[in-house]
Amino acid sequence: MYKRLVFIAVIVLTGQVVSNPYDLQLLTFIGINTLLALGLNMVMGYAGQISLGHAAFFGLGAYTSSLLTIHLDWSPWLALPFTLVFVGIVAFLVALPMLRLSGYYLGMGTLAFGMIVFFIFLQWRSLTGGDSGLIGIPPLTLGPISFEFGAAPFYLVWGIVFLSFIVCERLIDSRIGRALRSLHDSERASAAVGINTSRLKVQVFVFGGVLAALAGFLYAHMVTFISPQTFDFLMSVKIVTMVVIGGMASVWGSLFGAALLTLLPEWLHVFAEYEMIIYGLILVVIMIFLPQGLTRGLLDIYEHFKSRRKTLPKSHEG
Amino acid sequence: MQEILQYFFSGITAGAVYAVIALGFTLLFNATGLINFAQGEFVMIGALMLITLWKVLALPLIAAFALSVGLVAVIGILMERMAMRTVRKPHPIVMVIITIGISIFLRGVGMLSWGKDAHSVDPFTQHAPLEVYGATLLPQSLWILGIVLLIVAGLQFFFKKTLAGKAMEACAISKKAAWLLGIPSEKMVLAAFAMSAAMGGVAGVLIAPVTMSSYDMGTMLGLKGFCAAMLGGLGSVLGAVIGGLLLGVIEAFGVGLVASGLKDVLAFLILIFILCVRPSGLLGAKTIQRF
Repeated sequence: MYKRLVFIAVIVLTGQVVSNPYDLQLLTFIGINTLLALGLNMVMGYAGQISLGHAAFFGLGAYTSSLLTIHLDWSPWLALPFTLVFVGIVAFLVALPMLRLSGYYLGMGTLAFGMIVFFIFLQWRSLTGGDSGLIGIPPLTLGPISFEFGAAPFYLVWGIVFLSFIVCERLIDSRIGRALRSLHDSERASAAVGINTSRLKVQVFVFGGVLAALAGFLYAHMVTFISPQTFDFLMSVKIVTMVVIGGMASVWGSLFGAALLTLLPEWLHVFAEYEMIIYGLILVVIMIFLPQGLTRGLLDIYEHFKSRRKTLPKSHEG
Repeated sequence: MQEILQYFFSGITAGAVYAVIALGFTLLFNATGLINFAQGEFVMIGALMLITLWKVLALPLIAAFALSVGLVAVIGILMERMAMRTVRKPHPIVMVIITIGISIFLRGVGMLSWGKDAHSVDPFTQHAPLEVYGATLLPQSLWILGIVLLIVAGLQFFFKKTLAGKAMEACAISKKAAWLLGIPSEKMVLAAFAMSAAMGGVAGVLIAPVTMSSYDMGTMLGLKGFCAAMLGGLGSVLGAVIGGLLLGVIEAFGVGLVASGLKDVLAFLILIFILCVRPSGLLGAKTIQRF
């Protein structure tokens, strides 16, 4: 409870203090990326199922809602439930056969799924606009407030992030969360104690997909322009990197990972050229040295030193 | 008829290259049980290296060929030494993320070294294209098919007739038992990495004259090679070759007879279908563990 109040206070304070529209947009992007990382963390960190195609659900959310609002003139608020249900169904249909696989094969399968979706965005020109993408997506409005620029989208996105955090934390502390973690450690053992592992895996995959679709919806109506490149393989890798940096199986780690990977390009001027090299190195180095993620790993190192300082004098006495 | 033959020719040309990439997956999988997501990046480096050495630096073709493949093999060795061997608990998720990390890293290195533009190079030899029943067969296709045949024969000889090959096969069957018999299993794993990377390099060298090469070609080719390996049955040398040729031909006919937009999607659809329906592939007699 205490943690949540601090979180709300930080959001409200940041919204009041930061007035530069560029900084506000950057902070809003952190929120959107947090939703993506959070969804994938449920799948990868808690349930132990790898997905290298998470950007596909992000893209499907963005494209579905954009097409409904542009071509059918729907209000974005009407398009939202339809988008979430549609992407949920797609995630369900993908998960059903795919999650019978695991490890390397699941990685390859989800990678191929992400590529197929990307090529549909790119090749189905009459519908998706191909390479040049879709323009003129209507921004979200609520009465007199428009969620396109300034503080309004910031509060909207972070409000949704806050709610998703609560949902995820409740889920993790529930019977489902315990089942997920047992699935992560051993699928056979959890099946043996009566967990319906295949149903659980599909459920968590659909949950992660719907969360990514929500992020896609927010992104499309905020930027009002989308193109396939935003949802390519590198984006999927980026989301995996966020989860890995923040720490698998850590809700707050997702926020940290998303923030770091959104801000890194802003801090490093030369980043664009070295973007891929840096992502690659981060993944390899963290997986080898700190497989618990940066947050957990650094905490572990700190605790290790602290406990050593305590135990050292004792060993001298003895 | 003439068109059908033409599709077939272009299909087996592309398919032979997929077969070599698939061999890379199969060799490594046999010795270590690993799937290397950076396999496609080896192809990219092989192709771009050949272009640099042969076209830009004007080395003789054979020297450029050997140097490119050798360099990619060295990258494979470095990858095993510096990354894979240091992992304490080789859980599949950890290995997938590490090899993905290496593939992204190599892609970044490729972009820095060769830029974002696509490069091309002449065929190995300047013969006039052959006419076969009205369809054209490019000399480069013959080169590719010939080299692939040589590789397959060489691999069969290596695994069936030489001590090193038999030792490697023993490692694949049981690392512990091989170690007890005095086979240096760590060296065998290193050799498998080098050979598998070299296969990627060869595929890159072969494909450079028939396509445009750029830093981002690897992911597609890697996935298609993996698709070919799964199609034929992961772990079987013959299966990799049959899977590769089959995938190439299916793709060529799909593009020619249905729609050109299908080219890249088709392989992924086949891959997902194979993964979900028959993970042991066409030739895989034993059931593969799906993790």
